[in-house]
Amino acid sequence: MSDAVAEKPKAITSRHDPRFEVTLYKYIGVENSHTLEFYKSHGGYESAKKAITTMQPAQVVDELKKSGLRGRGGAGFPTGLKWSFMPPVDGRQRFIVCNADESEPGSCKDRYVLEDDPHQLIEGMIIAGYAISATKGVLYIRGEYYQGYERLYNAIKEAKAEGFLGKNLFGTDFEFDIMLHRGAGAYICGEESALMNSFEGYRANPRLKPPFPAQAGVYSLPTTVNNVTSLACAVHIVGKGADWFAGMGTDDSKGIHHVQVSGPARRRGVYEVPMGITYREIIFDLAGGPTEEVKAFIPGGSSCPMFPFTDQYLDMPMEYASVAKAGSMLGTGGIMLIPQNKCIVDALYNVVRFYAHESCGKCTPCREGVSTWVPRMYQKMLAGLGEKGDLELLEDVSSNIRGRSFCPLADACIMPVQASIKHFRHEYEYIIEHGKSMYPKQSRWAD
Amino acid sequence: MVELATIKPFFAERQDVLNEILGRYPDYGRRSAIMPLLWEVQRAERYVSEARVHEIAEIIGIQPTEVKGVMSFYSTYHEHQVGKYHLQICSTLACSLAGSDEMYDFISEETGLVNGETDRQGLFSIQKVECLGSCTTAPVLQVNDTYYENVGKSRCKVLLDALRRGEMPEPWRERYGDNEGVEKAKPLQNTAKTGGNA
Repeated sequence: MSDAVAEKPKAITSRHDPRFEVTLYKYIGVENSHTLEFYKSHGGYESAKKAITTMQPAQVVDELKKSGLRGRGGAGFPTGLKWSFMPPVDGRQRFIVCNADESEPGSCKDRYVLEDDPHQLIEGMIIAGYAISATKGVLYIRGEYYQGYERLYNAIKEAKAEGFLGKNLFGTDFEFDIMLHRGAGAYICGEESALMNSFEGYRANPRLKPPFPAQAGVYSLPTTVNNVTSLACAVHIVGKGADWFAGMGTDDSKGIHHVQVSGPARRRGVYEVPMGITYREIIFDLAGGPTEEVKAFIPGGSSCPMFPFTDQYLDMPMEYASVAKAGSMLGTGGIMLIPQNKCIVDALYNVVRFYAHESCGKCTPCREGVSTWVPRMYQKMLAGLGEKGDLELLEDVSSNIRGRSFCPLADACIMPVQASIKHFRHEYEYIIEHGKSMYPKQSRWAD
Repeated sequence: MVELATIKPFFAERQDVLNEILGRYPDYGRRSAIMPLLWEVQRAERYVSEARVHEIAEIIGIQPTEVKGVMSFYSTYHEHQVGKYHLQICSTLACSLAGSDEMYDFISEETGLVNGETDRQGLFSIQKVECLGSCTTAPVLQVNDTYYENVGKSRCKVLLDALRRGEMPEPWRERYGDNEGVEKAKPLQNTAKTGGNA
């Protein structure tokens, strides 16, 4: 570990690739990039101006559809299509909600936008608001991101003072305002209907769908919910045109994504990449390869089933269809490397514990399964008390939870469990048979 | 109830703050103010007491039990006072792979506290928390609202010592990858030119 730190390799990022131009992350990490002055002097709010003064709302939606942008929060639903689900304007208040409750383990792409480029997000919300004829935006940021909250708070104030938020934007009669709302530590708020409950001042239990947010969202009014980087992408799609965005990536997955490499990699970090790049390119070329032997990687945040660290999976292009075909999800792009000498049962217990903690307790499979039975079974195995039949029981419980819960949280826990059993069954069998892990716990803390 | 009534209301001298928060939301969404009001109290008092719950309920116009129900759902509102420095150790997988389990043990030993405890002086309290969204700069330690990223053992010691002296260091914001900034990305072009000499 200390060797890896000592010879910290030189920076190679997507910025160095002459074939690719970093756009969304262009000013992240640059001093004062969070101020309005900086943003304006780098072409800020030009896209919003273009949309509002030269395009009809329907044209903006069409542009988004043409771009092929799919939601970057994990589910990958086409953004333009989502916008078109809004009912016709009927005089009721309409909302655009930005889901900045980023809390999927392995993900941190949104935080840098919130902290370093808040105006980019505000501009994205203005464009989305205009496209769906919503005059109010809700920006729900997770409670832990206090720096992001402060910077957004100030950015919204700056934008209001300069007339980028409020009435008569860019001399038209379009008005738009943003309500900034701080969460308080609950992963389930990343689920859009739970987020809306939380915003309204209720416990963040998910709501039954339908009705979908477009019919009855925030305060039961028409609402669209988008992820931070989806909205930020909209700024550049409007600014540079849908063809620019659609020109990158593959037929199935267009444009750019932000991958976050964590675990034992030489250059951990967030990289802006064109879709369709292979996992090998990300992990070896950008992130510099692993610092120790690696046996598996998680492709998109901890809820996405892991892949063995083999050529078959490493050479897979990062696109929604290919990853789904291989049995996992592209997710948020949070790529996590699992070292060879980390006990897989221990690693999965960590994941399970997370979901057990975050279960809202509303439905039986999740309350009794995810937050009770499953973690207890892992505790039993890790304590060396595993018995013959435990693995089969875990598989049975898992398959009975999967697809039967109220919201996707339970599946998010169970799918990685099932994948780990599929690929590393021998480690489970070993711990049950021998009463101890195949790979004893070792210190991983660098000096 | 008598003792609750004798505590000075928190928002009595903070009418402007209260009005600003209530003014953020539409009239039909008054309940939305619950979470920001809880935050306001907690940031000042390091927890939300029973009396404050009653006060917020009265402001919103609902029963205290409803406010409590909301408050208890979220893991960052505290029912009991935490220390002046609330040490939150991320223990989810990416941080665990970077040594956060050992970091917890170290901090626990240094402070003499276990998860959830506050010391007698009210200086430190420690809490194991779930993913803080700093996976590429793990392990992360959050002190009150401030992130300290990539906390190795020696840095952890430095940080604890500073806090003991009553100093709160500036946030340690580590940047890798495309978030390092344009300037930092530049040197590579030079090294590429010099090739083998670099």
